[in-house]
Amino acid sequence: MTIEELQDIGKIEKEKQEGFKYRIHVCVAAGCLSSQSGLVKEALEKEVARRGLESWALVKGVGCLGLCTAGPMVAIEPDGLLYQGVSVSDASDILEALGGPPVNRLDCSAHLPFFARQRKIVLENCGHIDPESIEDYVAEGGYEGLYNALRTMTPAGVIEQITKSGLRGRGGAGFPTGLKWTAVSKTKSNVKFVICNADEGDPGAFMDRSVLESDPHRVLEGMAIAGLAVGANYGFVYVRAEYPLAVKRIRTAIARAERLGVLGRNIFNTTFSFDVTVRLGAGAFVCGEETALIASIEGRRGSPRPRPPFPSELGLWGYPTLINNVETFANVPPIIRKGGAWFASIGTEKSKGTKVFALAGRVNNTGLIEAPMGTTLREIVFDIGGGVTGDRKFKAILTGGPSGGCIPAQFLDMSMDYESLAQVGAIMGSGGLIVMDDSSCMVDVAKFFIEFCMSESCGKCVPCRVGTVQIYNLLKRITEGGGKPSDIELLEELCDLVKNTSLCGLGQTAPNPVLSTMRYFMDEYKAHIEDKVCPAGTCHMNPTE
Amino acid sequence: MRYPAFLQRIADRADVQPVRILTFSINGQAVSAREDETILSVARENGISIPTLCHLDGLSERGACRLCIVEIKGSPKLSPSCVTLPRQDMEVITNSDRVLDYRRKILELLFTERNHICSVCVSNGHCDLQSLTTELGMTHVHYDYLHTRHAVDASHERFSVDHNRCVLCQRCIRVCEEIEGAHTWDVMGRGYLSKVITDLNQPWGESTSCTGCGKCVQVCPTGALSEKGKSVAEMTKKRQFLPYLKLMRGDESR
Ligand SMILES: Cc1cc2nc3c(=O)[nH]c(=O)nc-3n(C[C@H](O)[C@H](O)[C@H](O)COP(=O)(O)O)c2cc1C
Ligand code: SF4
Ligand code: SF4
Ligand code: SF4
Ligand code: FES
Repeated sequence: MTIEELQDIGKIEKEKQEGFKYRIHVCVAAGCLSSQSGLVKEALEKEVARRGLESWALVKGVGCLGLCTAGPMVAIEPDGLLYQGVSVSDASDILEALGGPPVNRLDCSAHLPFFARQRKIVLENCGHIDPESIEDYVAEGGYEGLYNALRTMTPAGVIEQITKSGLRGRGGAGFPTGLKWTAVSKTKSNVKFVICNADEGDPGAFMDRSVLESDPHRVLEGMAIAGLAVGANYGFVYVRAEYPLAVKRIRTAIARAERLGVLGRNIFNTTFSFDVTVRLGAGAFVCGEETALIASIEGRRGSPRPRPPFPSELGLWGYPTLINNVETFANVPPIIRKGGAWFASIGTEKSKGTKVFALAGRVNNTGLIEAPMGTTLREIVFDIGGGVTGDRKFKAILTGGPSGGCIPAQFLDMSMDYESLAQVGAIMGSGGLIVMDDSSCMVDVAKFFIEFCMSESCGKCVPCRVGTVQIYNLLKRITEGGGKPSDIELLEELCDLVKNTSLCGLGQTAPNPVLSTMRYFMDEYKAHIEDKVCPAGTCHMNPTE
Repeated sequence: MRYPAFLQRIADRADVQPVRILTFSINGQAVSAREDETILSVARENGISIPTLCHLDGLSERGACRLCIVEIKGSPKLSPSCVTLPRQDMEVITNSDRVLDYRRKILELLFTERNHICSVCVSNGHCDLQSLTTELGMTHVHYDYLHTRHAVDASHERFSVDHNRCVLCQRCIRVCEEIEGAHTWDVMGRGYLSKVITDLNQPWGESTSCTGCGKCVQVCPTGALSEKGKSVAEMTKKRQFLPYLKLMRGDESR
């Protein structure tokens, strides 16, 4: 296939869709599907047929439109109208309104800043294309990056663009992607692997899931480009079995891409082959850690091993392996299409591009958002997020899930980038954001996350296995009114021990929520321990001593 | 192969060392090592002791107990010496206050986890965990005891396993898999609920893979695995066979 042939596929698809005067986009990602958007789509289709408008209005299932709280979401193109909370009975009114004034009761324009403040790279196709149609993806420039990489660039040239872009891993640690690719490309091996980490085990996170459900080809294209760059011909997508829709869509995407000749044997009629296989995880948080993930793919117990050697040297079945996060791969096709310099022009000095966040907790607009690196917390919570629910007082925001930290109100004007977050004792993590108001007890929050790590610890190393239980027990005692003044010191000591001596990232970061809440909300700890009161009123205090 | 390309001509000669030799220092003492030896093995060779629990000569490394951590100058991170290779001019410190303090706390954590009341244990006086308390100067436990409760499996005709004494070092798993080739043992569950199991969590006595060789019992550091018929303090372990077996198989040069 030539680039012209590829573009023709896109052009034909585009013309076909533009032949319809109206295109009704119904979100069929997991969030909206759970509020019956599948039925809404059916109802709209039936209504179109009943009115005999099949050649005039197209009903299309699309990926996540972002504002998951307000689902099911429906968008009307080309008008750019957005409807929220659509139910089956609204179908007829929606069709009636086409071409006229919109259906007011479903109008979503109050949420305008939610959309206006965002900038989309990873999610550019989410909500626009049908995730099950490869033609739709191609129509948006899909697989052109892979074509360019194969036909007009050298593997070293591809890596150069990635390095130049300043892209850093979106799986948590923010490791420079170009550096990782270079490392794998330098290894000498006939067999190498590329793994896409779609385990996404943080409670409350659904970024990777949405990308896979809404735009799976983007991830496959990113993986194939990576394979070409590092010299790998086999890829694995490791996705948790709790994401059945994501699994189905990525499998469909692989099959369609193979049929079109952009994946599998002899891609674009070149000698380059890249096969992708899906592997399901059984839902252990620790299996997101790269060495545990590799063990799991190999069919062994998902338990981390000491590094070095890193997977780039000794990975899957002992071969050099490149492992990146879903969102990292999703950034690759646009970087190759538009160049590393373009990407590097977005964001801050050391954190480039955008970041996808799953905004949740006590915030008006919960959902999936994407903002340039360097956006302030205030913009995210108050503009995009629409402020705290019920006009309560903002108290803190937790970034990075169970390995992250709680950032208090005094840092609201802080820029969201890897360095600034680390400075205040939090991390970017994979992008989960949980907003808390004055009704949240910070000791209780710390207890919740340490309990999560305690139950998700693989049990291999002593500090994490036993230390997290000790920390949890102390916090439990404190939140039940049995805390002693000496507990604070003991907590600090245990956190320091677990952080510094654990084998893998799970243990090394597990104390973070405890440490950061102790750093910024010590008065709450003291109130629990000394006065036996929970200032937020969440803990049931029944002092035993 | 491990030489840089410009030295390849030397590397191609079969009579020259196939691995590189380097020098570094441990506690200020200059030592030399093959690049594929661990810091732990070089230290021991030079009479510098580092406490270990999950490590056992002759078995693969796990890096699980974290007792062998050392400091490496210039790095804020602590490194488990059983799985860390030396680099030229590296400065290793095995006995800083920081390291000694962490080791003692890790050992304390182990003592809080399950039931380690030595006076009623078959291994009293011959237990690696117990010896570590003296080695690390652990005099008391300042964390709360968790004392998670576990079962005893005495279904095997010659051995028994008391999970209350297990420290999850995985030595039994490795010796059975790597030396005996039976792979009877494995871990089940997560975190503090982890437990070593025989076959698919069947009673040991009903295991179809166990050959009854007793190797697991001999390598177990505590009284978790013992021979039947042994009373308090009577269980001594015989481990001399391990390095010997390895040597005979030519798996490793030492
Ligand atoms: C406990 C733990 C859980 C992790 N979970 C994930 C995950 O769900 N998804 C992910 O991409 N990375 C996860 N990581 C990070 C991976 O180990 C790895 O660094 C990442 O996949 C590398 O990709 P990147 O360079 O693109 O970020 C986890 C790490 C730890 C320690
Ligand atoms: S830190 Fe926790 S999860 Fe990681 S290896 Fe140790 S016990 Fe397992
Ligand atoms: S007795 Fe031998 S075969 Fe049986 S579990 Fe122990 S090491 Fe394995
Ligand atoms: S039974 Fe013994 S050898 Fe096996 S893990 Fe437990 S303490 Fe270690
Ligand atoms: S001996 Fe090194 S970690 Fe256990």
